[in-house]
Amino acid sequence: MELSSKTEGPLRIVAVQDARIDAIVALKFKEAMRSLTADGPEWVVLDLSKVQFVDSSGLGAIVAAMKNMAGERTLVLAGLTPMVDKVFRLTRMDQVLRIFGTLDAALKELQV
Amino acid sequence: MAISRFLPFGISIIGDEHAIRDALRQLLDGLKPLNLDIEEAGTVELVLAEALNNIVEHAYPADMQPGPINIDCALKSDGLHFEIRDEGLAMPDGQIPLGMTQSTNVDVLDLPEGGFGWFLIRDLAKDVGYARVGACNILKLRIAVAT
Repeated sequence: MELSSKTEGPLRIVAVQDARIDAIVALKFKEAMRSLTADGPEWVVLDLSKVQFVDSSGLGAIVAAMKNMAGERTLVLAGLTPMVDKVFRLTRMDQVLRIFGTLDAALKELQV
Repeated sequence: MAISRFLPFGISIIGDEHAIRDALRQLLDGLKPLNLDIEEAGTVELVLAEALNNIVEHAYPADMQPGPINIDCALKSDGLHFEIRDEGLAMPDGQIPLGMTQSTNVDVLDLPEGGFGWFLIRDLAKDVGYARVGACNILKLRIAVAT
C-alpha cells in the first residue's frame, strides 16, 4: 500500500498510489493514514483518483480513518473513479464524507 | 447470441486472502467474451470480492486451515449465475446476514466500519441464496447483465 503526502497551506493531501483498497491492504491503509495524519493541518484531502476498486473492507478503512481523526482533523475525498463512487453512494457514505470531483476542486474550495 | 458463444466456466482457489485478487482476475478474464461494460464488470468484481472476503474471513477464519473455494459461472437469459462453494464453517443460524442495518444519520464516531459487504451483495445481486449441504456452504446469486 503506497500513499504519498504533501502539505499545502491548511491542507494535507494524501494520494493513494495503488489501484485497489481491498481486504488485503485495508489494515495497512488504516495504519498509514493514521501516521500521515497524526499531526499537521486541519483538513485532510484523500485523493482517490488512481484507485479503481474499493471493497467493503477498503470502505470500512476509509471510514475508520475519518473516525480516527474526528474532532481534530476533517477528512474529505477527491477524484473518485466510477466504481469507487458507486460504493460510496450505495452505502450512503457519500452523505457522511464530503466528496469533491477532483483534487483541484477540493483545493479551490478549501484553500484559504 | 452471446449466450451460445459463452461457455460456463469454473475457478478453484484456496481460501486465503491472498488468493482473492487472483480469483477476481481469472473471473474477469473468463467474462471477457461477453464484452461487459465497465459498470457491469465492476459490479461483478465487487459482488464476487465481497462473497470471497466473507468466506476467507468467516468460513475459513485465521485459526483454521484454509480450504477450497470453487466458483462456477454460467450465463442465462436473465444474467450471470454464480455458484460459490466452500468447505468451511457454516453461516451463523444458517442464514445470510442482513448487513449494515445501522443508520448513517449518527455521530461520526458511531458510523459503521463494517457490515457493508452483505449490504452490497444484496443490493447489487439478485436471487441471493445460501444452503449448507453436508460440510459445504453453497452461495448462489445472479447478476443481471446486458447480453
